[in-house]
Parts: sequence; structure tokens; C-alpha cells
Amino acid sequence: MTARITRPEVEHVARLARLALTDAEIDALTGELGAILDHAAGVAALDTADVPPTAHPVPLVNVLRADEPRPGLPRDEVLGEAPAAQDGRFMVPRILGEAP
Amino acid sequence: MSPAAPAAEIASAVRSGRRSARDVLEEHLDRIDAREGDVHAFNLVLADEARAAADAVDAAGDKGPLAGVPVAVKDNLCTRGVPTTCSSRILDGWKPPYDATVIERLRAAGAVIVGKTNLDEFAMGSSTENSAFGPTRNPHDLGRVPGGSSGGSAAAVAAGFAPLALGSDTGGSIRQPAALCGVVGVKPTYGTVSRYGLIAFASSLDQIGPFAAGVDDAALLLETIWGHDRADSTSIAAPRPALGGGGDVRGLRVGLIAEMLDGEGVDPAVRAAVEGAAAALEHAGATVDRVSLPSTQFGISAYYLIAPAEASSNLARYDGVRYGMRAEAPDVAQMNAATRDTGFGPEVKRRIMLGTYALSAGYYDAYYGQAQRVRTLIIRDFDRAYDDFDVLLSPTSPTVAFELGAKTADPLSMYLCDVCTVPVNLTGQCAMSVPFGRSEGLPIGVQVVAPVLGEPVMFRVARAIEEAAP
Repeated sequence: MTARITRPEVEHVARLARLALTDAEIDALTGELGAILDHAAGVAALDTADVPPTAHPVPLVNVLRADEPRPGLPRDEVLGEAPAAQDGRFMVPRILGEAP
Repeated sequence: MSPAAPAAEIASAVRSGRRSARDVLEEHLDRIDAREGDVHAFNLVLADEARAAADAVDAAGDKGPLAGVPVAVKDNLCTRGVPTTCSSRILDGWKPPYDATVIERLRAAGAVIVGKTNLDEFAMGSSTENSAFGPTRNPHDLGRVPGGSSGGSAAAVAAGFAPLALGSDTGGSIRQPAALCGVVGVKPTYGTVSRYGLIAFASSLDQIGPFAAGVDDAALLLETIWGHDRADSTSIAAPRPALGGGGDVRGLRVGLIAEMLDGEGVDPAVRAAVEGAAAALEHAGATVDRVSLPSTQFGISAYYLIAPAEASSNLARYDGVRYGMRAEAPDVAQMNAATRDTGFGPEVKRRIMLGTYALSAGYYDAYYGQAQRVRTLIIRDFDRAYDDFDVLLSPTSPTVAFELGAKTADPLSMYLCDVCTVPVNLTGQCAMSVPFGRSEGLPIGVQVVAPVLGEPVMFRVARAIEEAAP
């Protein structure tokens, strides 16, 4: 059984999930996630050594389409729904810090 | 409440020329005008588009199996050129450049799409209170929730705004609101209805399905949307079943799921209704016995690890780059994180956090891996039960509709609403909720569960329950 989730762990998970949570959100989530994971403790404690995992309810494997070109969505229509676009591409703020 | 004319009758009248699709539509738009302000079933009513579609049906020669039938669709199904929000701020302003496959199939069948229905944000919830646009209210009692996450679709059918609606069911999101609103709701076998254009929550669990006032109309809608789609690699090539016909249950073996009848928190009136439905099936010639599915008691825990884990991955795409809103920030990493914190509501953030944690280094085996093994145990329990039974019966929801705000402060109490429904998503089986009786004046739903591709027998049993309902 693992120990209860801590505030630093919640902060770490928020970074992994790309969520800029406020202090109040981190406080609330530390308690709420703890309660939910306590409820899941029964699952974590089950002896399942011989049980294979199920990832998917339907045993389909290697579903491949024929390798034939088909039209995709119109580029301008798709880019028109983006917050910012330029020259046929999505536009984002700078990726690296600017040199001083 | 004036119930909508059954969809099959509308389609028949429109095909024969006895009624125009336009006249049918105007009648439903009038009902929406009268009560939508109280119920808030819709994020968007598509009156102009629906009028154009109805006029096109009236002008067409071959009108289709759903000719002129108004249909409400959950706002996580993509509709070309029409805002699709998932009841989230993060998709603010986004208009999909394509239709979901089920939307194409509705249009091809002559149906008229009347609007996009409210939901818990990204289908995460059991009350439709987690919507960025405010809650939907239960048409039977405006102080109560309609259930969720497809609460808008369930309420639209219950209020007579549309005779048919589409929802999506990841852990009970069609069946539970159907039960709480007193309508029929179906989660088809995983893979039988294309998920292309359904905005993903948990891909191994999500399934689109119908709402209707009665079992026959639900069958008609399911037959329309059923079928393999090359755009969804998880769809299966099962032939379309004939779901019409009677409710002959003679000789069928019906199992009452012991854990779901005797479980903690099951309202005695709900238990009595399920036992009443079982007695009615016995009277109609079925045999009824209790069956134990011990692993289902771990269903909620396994589900609330697997579904958030898949969600944390699926919702990584909302980063302020390709669609919806963007928060201003000096660089792209801060922009991603600020957009997600501003755009997502509290329940979505909670599940992304829970799923990210369950998948993170050091916890993967203890939580996510273990939940997947429990999924196998639950599948084995059901497989054993089907050695002795043709269908299984349980409550859909442990209680009738609860009051708005009753569970919002305690996420775990909300999750426990799904105790009877999540095992079916984990196994891929089909299940449906059928109204049977009332408590405190509010409808009760009985859940009929059948094996993978067991829709024909499930609908027979559902019809027998509907015919015997008090």
C-alpha cells in the first residue's frame, strides 16, 4: 500500500499534465485525490499475480487501412479554427527564451 | 408533460405524406420555446438549420427510416460548421470541419437535428452540473438533476423536445440519465457504433447510443447508427441486428446481480422496482435466479483509474494550438499550461490529475496496471454468469434523481452513482435502462445487461419490462 499523495507530488503531477494550477487548486486536489486513491486501495491490494491485464474490450489487432491516398480535411478550413495561424501553419508564441 | 409522438409514427406519417417534416419540427420547436428556459437541455438550438433540413426531407423522394424525426445530439458529437463545445470553455468558438459518422447516418436516414445538448464537461460527471454553461434540470422536478453526463439528451426526450436523442456512455452516461429522466437509454456493444467524430474521453470505454421515450424507438435509432466504419479502427463488422418485434421471454434465463441489489446505498424502492421487473419477466415465462459477480465490487475503483488515465492522454491535445481558446503567455509552455488551467473546469482537471498520477513512474503497476487486471477479473465473472443466464438485471442507478448540489462537494459520492453501470463499459457488453415504477414521484430505471452482441435478446427483455411497467 502506498502512502497518501502529498502536496509536492500533486505539484509534480500538475507539471506533467501541463496544468498551471493555483495554490488553492493544489490544496483542494491534494485532499480529493487522496480520498479517491484511498477508495482505490482495495484494487491496489488485490492478489492478481496470474491475471493478465485487459487494455481493450474487443480483441482487434493490427487494423490497417489500404495504403491508398485519400483527401484529408481542407487545410484552410482547419487552420481557420486555430487561435492563430500564418502561412499555412499553426502559430504559437516563442518556444525558447530570447537571448539577453 | 406532453410526451412526443413516437419516432416511428412520425417517420411513417412523413413518408406517407400525412404530415410534413416541417410541421413536425415546428411542433417540437414550440415545446422547446415553452420549457427550455426552465430545463436547459440544449447548449444550442438549431432552429434555422433544422427548418432547412425538414424542408429538404419534405422535398425528397426517398425519405428514409427516420423521415422528419427531430433528434437532439449530445454536444460532444462533431457537427460540421456548428459549434461543438463538450460544455467546456476550452473549445470556445470551435466549429468542427467535419460531421461525426453518426451525424452523417442520421442525416442520410432523413432525421432532423434540432440542437446540441448539454453535458458534464467532456462527459465527466453524473449530474450535468459540471457544464461550463450551467446545469440541465430534470423535467420531472426542476430542483433535481437529470443525471449525466448525457443529461441534456435525456432531459430533451423526457420534456418532449425531441422523440430521439444521441448520447455517449463511458461509465453510464446514457443509462443513468435515462433512468433519472424516465426514458429508455442504450449503451450498445463496444465497436458496433462508430466513434468517429465523438470527442474522445476514454477510448476503450466510450460508446455512442440512443435515447427514446420507448423501447421500439430506441431500437429504430440504434439500427440507423449501427455498423462498421473505416474511419474508426475499433469498430467491428457485425451485421446489423433486427431489433424490432416482440417481447417474448418464454424460456429465457434472467440473473439478478446480487452485489448491485444488496449493495450499500441502494434505495429500497429501487431494489423493489428491479424485483418487480424480475417478477414480471417470470410471469411472462422467464426463469429468474440470483447471481453473484464478486469482482464487480471493484468496478468503480478500476474504472476511476482506467478512465482518467485514458482521459489524461486524450485531453493532452487541448493545448491552445489547434482549436478553441488560448490564454496569452510569453512562451509556448506557459501558454499551454495557462490555457489548460483557464479552459478546463474543476472535474476535468481532477481527472487529468488522477489519470496522470495513475500512469506516472512508480505508480503505474500499483494503480493503472492493477486496474487493468481487475478488468480481466470482471470480464471473467460475467463470462461465468452467461453460462447460466441469457441476460442480467440490476438497478441502473442506486437512487432516483437527487437534488442539484447534493453531491458536488464530494467527488467520490458522485462517482458512486455509477456503481451499477461501469462494469458494462469495462467488459464491452451491451446494456440498457428501461423505466419501471417510481419513488417519491420520480422515475426508476431497471438495467438489462446482455453479452457482447446480445442486443436482440436485450431488446426482447426490455420490451417485456416496458409492457409490464406499472
